[in-house]
Amino acid sequence: MTDFAVELKALSVNLGGQTVLDRVDLSVNPGEYLAILGPNGGGKSTLLKVILGLHRPSSGEAQVLGQSPRQARRKVGYVPQQSAFDLDFPIRVSEVVRMGRLDSFRVGGFNQDDRLAVDEALDRVELRDLSLAPVGALSGGEVQRVLIARALARRPQLLLLDEPTSSLDERIGHSIWDLFDELSQEMTVMIVSHDMGAVARSVGSVACLNQQLHMHPSKELTSEILEAAYGCPIDLLAHGHPHRVLADHEGT
Amino acid sequence: MWEALSLPFFQRVLIAGLLASVACGVIGSYVVSKRIASLTGGLSHAAFGGVGLGYWAGLSPLIGAAGFGLVASMIIGMAHRKVRSGLDILIAMVWSVGMALGIIFIALTPGYVPDLMSYLFGSLLFVSWADVGLVAIVDVIILSAVFLFHPLFETICFDEEYAEASGMPAGPTLLTLLGLASLAIVTLLRVVGVILAIALLTMPAATARRWVGTLPAMMVLSVGLCAASIAGGLFLSYGISGAWGLSIPPGPLIILIATITYVSSIALPHRRHAETNGNTLRA
Ligand SMILES: Nc1ncnc2c1ncn2[C@@H]1O[C@H](COP(=O)(O)OP(=O)(O)OP(=O)(O)O)[C@@H](O)[C@H]1O
Ligand SMILES: [Mg+2]
Repeated sequence: MTDFAVELKALSVNLGGQTVLDRVDLSVNPGEYLAILGPNGGGKSTLLKVILGLHRPSSGEAQVLGQSPRQARRKVGYVPQQSAFDLDFPIRVSEVVRMGRLDSFRVGGFNQDDRLAVDEALDRVELRDLSLAPVGALSGGEVQRVLIARALARRPQLLLLDEPTSSLDERIGHSIWDLFDELSQEMTVMIVSHDMGAVARSVGSVACLNQQLHMHPSKELTSEILEAAYGCPIDLLAHGHPHRVLADHEGT
Repeated sequence: MWEALSLPFFQRVLIAGLLASVACGVIGSYVVSKRIASLTGGLSHAAFGGVGLGYWAGLSPLIGAAGFGLVASMIIGMAHRKVRSGLDILIAMVWSVGMALGIIFIALTPGYVPDLMSYLFGSLLFVSWADVGLVAIVDVIILSAVFLFHPLFETICFDEEYAEASGMPAGPTLLTLLGLASLAIVTLLRVVGVILAIALLTMPAATARRWVGTLPAMMVLSVGLCAASIAGGLFLSYGISGAWGLSIPPGPLIILIATITYVSSIALPHRRHAETNGNTLRA
């Protein structure tokens, strides 16, 4: 047992014969607000999937909330980067959010507490008005908020967000970051984002991931720190723009 | 044509068909929303292996088909969860191996197999009360499973990766759903046959999808559409044979009715458009 919300020890993952994560060590304290940055293909989504128990490490250990990743699933909220679902699926917004309540084998329907949690989650992402709308009729940004609500509906202790703001407009993007800040007061939050401006403003610590992982306890995010951490020069741009990787990495 | 209703063989096939539409509309709605029509098609052809096995072993061919279908659905389901890509080859294999085994078993069965064609294309004549009872039992199994586990089924159909990540038993849920699909196919064997079962599992549900916005509503509507196509095809088959002495099996007629319904539903403006516009206005 550990006291960390997430603890990865010398964790490596191979996918399709290729090393995606290379001896990653990461300890996330309960209540920590951590951003994971890194180039495309750096392994950020893979790292979150390991924490969810969707990928098995080829070596090393992972503990989540003092349990194995699979056992901890019911306490973890997850917003995937690309939702694999079909927009033609016959389902309403509130029914998708309700899925967040499923965390184990369940017989029968949903109860009063489930409905309360769903309404709460919809309120937090400001989608209460659309709760009966078919998901296929929503905009990309609205779908992303539905997925955030689905993660919140289980009232998680650990929230994993994989680029949750990538299709949100400036205004909603802002208020969603305010929501994340608020949530980080209540639970451990790990967020993958390319929105450097917002990351610099909001999070407590930053991890840079490009197969290997480097921690930065400081929220003072500068081009120099990023460059040193990645082993590649990175442009720090204003809010709303992705960073640019300016040169090839020399495997750290 | 209505005098058909007083004929015992017609009563049996009609009741079997109407009961089959319950299984078919409910499971077909999952199949269509999850877009696993080809996988389900594989299952229905595999069921023919069980029909042959049933003949050869002297069991009811429907029981054989149920057993064979369940095994095939476990194989396809586990492969689906392991490989995710390259699944189409496996489906083609189960599909054709099922048919091949069926034919081999029937060749090994001594004597003449009188109602073999009826398992391929359906028949008005060969439904027994035991078959009707079996279809009713399958309905009860499917409806109870859906009543108890619909939230799990809905989640696995909507977003499999999320289902897995959520902590719900994603693997067993998927296998159960595929098992139920192979049972739904068994209900259709007598009336429409293995070759055409997949059409009846998909077209009424696809038609219903155009008019409703939730899975439960889709199920109710596709049960109705299934029942209408089956009843229509059975009466037509009977009517044609009475009027012209031609014996056309009901299966093909049922499929044509379901197809015409689907195609006309595409031609009509459908309700989901209205909903979409409503949302854009509100947003
Ligand atoms: N299931 C898989 N099988 C094989 N390779 C995979 C699999 N999933 C991911 N990869 C590979 O692992 C690497 C890391 O992928 P990952 O999705 O974790 O990157 P990421 O940091 O999230 O990138 P992005 O910023 O584009 O989202 C990529 O090279 C990808 O091709
Ligand atoms: Mg990613």
